[in-house]
Amino acid sequence: MSNSPKTLFDKVWDSHVIRKIEDGPDVFFIDRHFIHEVTSPVAFLGLKTRGIGVMYPERTFATADHNTPTINQHLPVEDALSANQLKQLATNSAKHGITHWGLGDPKNGIVHVVGPENGITLPGFTIVCGDSHTSTHGAFGAIAFGIGTSEVEMVLSSQCIMQPKPKKMRINVNGVLGKGVTPKDVALYIISKLTTSGATGYFVEYAGDVFENMSMEGRMTVCNLSIEMGARGGMIAPDQTTFDYIEGRELAPKGSDWDTQLAYWKTLKTDQGATFDEEINFNAADIEPMITYGTNPGMGMGISKHIPKATDVEGGVATYAKSLDYMGFSEDDSMIGKQVDYVFIGSCTNGRIEDFRAFASIVKGRKKADHVTAWVVPGSHIVEAQIKEEGILDILMEAGFVLRQPGCSACLAMNDDKIPAGKYAVSTSNRNFEGRQGPGSRTLLASPLVAAAAAVTGVVTDPRQFL
Amino acid sequence: MAYDSFSVLTSTAVPMPIENVDTDQIIPARFLKATERTGFGDNLFRDWRYDKNDQPKADFVLNNPTYSGKILVGGKNFGSGSSREHAAWAIYDYGFRCVVSSFFADIFRGNSINVGILPVQVSPEFLHQIFEAIEKDANSELVVDLPAQTITIASTGASESFEINGYKKHNLLNGFDDIDYLQAMKSEIAAFATNR
Repeated sequence: MSNSPKTLFDKVWDSHVIRKIEDGPDVFFIDRHFIHEVTSPVAFLGLKTRGIGVMYPERTFATADHNTPTINQHLPVEDALSANQLKQLATNSAKHGITHWGLGDPKNGIVHVVGPENGITLPGFTIVCGDSHTSTHGAFGAIAFGIGTSEVEMVLSSQCIMQPKPKKMRINVNGVLGKGVTPKDVALYIISKLTTSGATGYFVEYAGDVFENMSMEGRMTVCNLSIEMGARGGMIAPDQTTFDYIEGRELAPKGSDWDTQLAYWKTLKTDQGATFDEEINFNAADIEPMITYGTNPGMGMGISKHIPKATDVEGGVATYAKSLDYMGFSEDDSMIGKQVDYVFIGSCTNGRIEDFRAFASIVKGRKKADHVTAWVVPGSHIVEAQIKEEGILDILMEAGFVLRQPGCSACLAMNDDKIPAGKYAVSTSNRNFEGRQGPGSRTLLASPLVAAAAAVTGVVTDPRQFL
Repeated sequence: MAYDSFSVLTSTAVPMPIENVDTDQIIPARFLKATERTGFGDNLFRDWRYDKNDQPKADFVLNNPTYSGKILVGGKNFGSGSSREHAAWAIYDYGFRCVVSSFFADIFRGNSINVGILPVQVSPEFLHQIFEAIEKDANSELVVDLPAQTITIASTGASESFEINGYKKHNLLNGFDDIDYLQAMKSEIAAFATNR
């Protein structure tokens, strides 16, 4: 059997199974575990209650990101409950010998940004975190997915979780992307075609020209959004682009260790003839800059299109009507020209340097629309430093934008960065659920280019006119 | 944490015929700041349940005294979105022990079982029958029989079987959890880890 062709996913999954339980899940070994302040405290409480410890503290990394303020991070956190969660992350990490990048640490930032940029995320690894966007790390050819707090406790105490093996799906996108079409648009396009539950039960491999030609930042954006079509995760076979990104990062392998690992990483691709439970093909030329109009990420469309009629979409008419009613939109509306009150660029989806470069490419030489409130939030201090070094900060400031400090920010609005009720936000984040960015907030998910075009015009605008 | 065991549950049910109920609706992010797992039931479906002045919205099902019970029945793709186990804690804390839908999001399904809630996936047709039965009579009971892996609408006698793997079923029936299992195989894990 060992000679039969295997998928990338099979190779990584099968090499991490310690025990297969008959009529049950696999006991699955985890190479790297990330924790943050919101989904870990109860796991540590569980360890304490059971009187057990952390089995391999060196395999877990902690960063504070979900509830952190994005201004005045040098001051004590005002919100008492948030401050308590941050304190617990610090004390729990210290007690168990876990590396902790707390607020103000130069390595602090969003968990799915700091893992890769510090060389913790590597091809062939299994990576979990109590956050559904852990799928981001699949960009490196890792199996990475979000877990619940009970599973965080499992990983802390035994470095394993118990998982049934998902089915396999391959999504091929071939051809050349058009002007102004970014990785975010590719992902939103795929999700709009598959719907928000279309890949549930599957682990996805992305393949084809478009992903082969994509930067690591772009691949991370695509894999990040895998969960938004229900997939547990998504992955892309590692290649020279991957190896070049990793080499030299602080915690990446060095010297002979690098050579050994690299040789292994080069075997991590789907063999010719390996089969998938589902295979789907898209054409790059069909993808436009995308925007969402509803209350789940599957409700997206090309920015020049009109909002579909309920009768033309899959799913319940009542649910669809509820969604458009929440958004204040009607069937057949054009999105172009819709009022925009807030613009948010950042998050684990689009908070990396390439995203700020794209944003700056449009705002350069223009001014932020007066009525728009813009939150520009880097994914990490390392990204923040790059923004400054590359002169992007100067461009932003000249255009009337203020750079905030790293964190998840308005993506889930656990801190003060909340979109007010009824207001419209063009957001580079990952979810447009009701109230996601604050109670009553209305979210239009889009790429950094679409966000920039909205920020300077104050309405939903096709970014291609600026390129 | 170990939880109450689950065997046969006979209860009225709360109908929520909405698709894609995501975990941000089940428990909004701003209520995730607790560091213990209890108390989340108060904020279950917070923004659907209460208006901006914290007054109960009369048209939301949890505020309708006609409906109650230990079973929540939701539309397709229940529990999509975030991995927050707080969503399952909130449902449990409110008093539900079973969620029925025609389709569950993966992470939510796993989290539910891990906290002692039984997710029961039924066919779209059977889900429709359940909603119909409850609409006809809010006191209509469902019988969820984990040992037999069946769900029955008491008033009509209509029944359907549901899937659950043998390992998880055994855990739920006995109130065992995965951590107990993993603790018992640590030497095997350690042997595996030395090569990685």
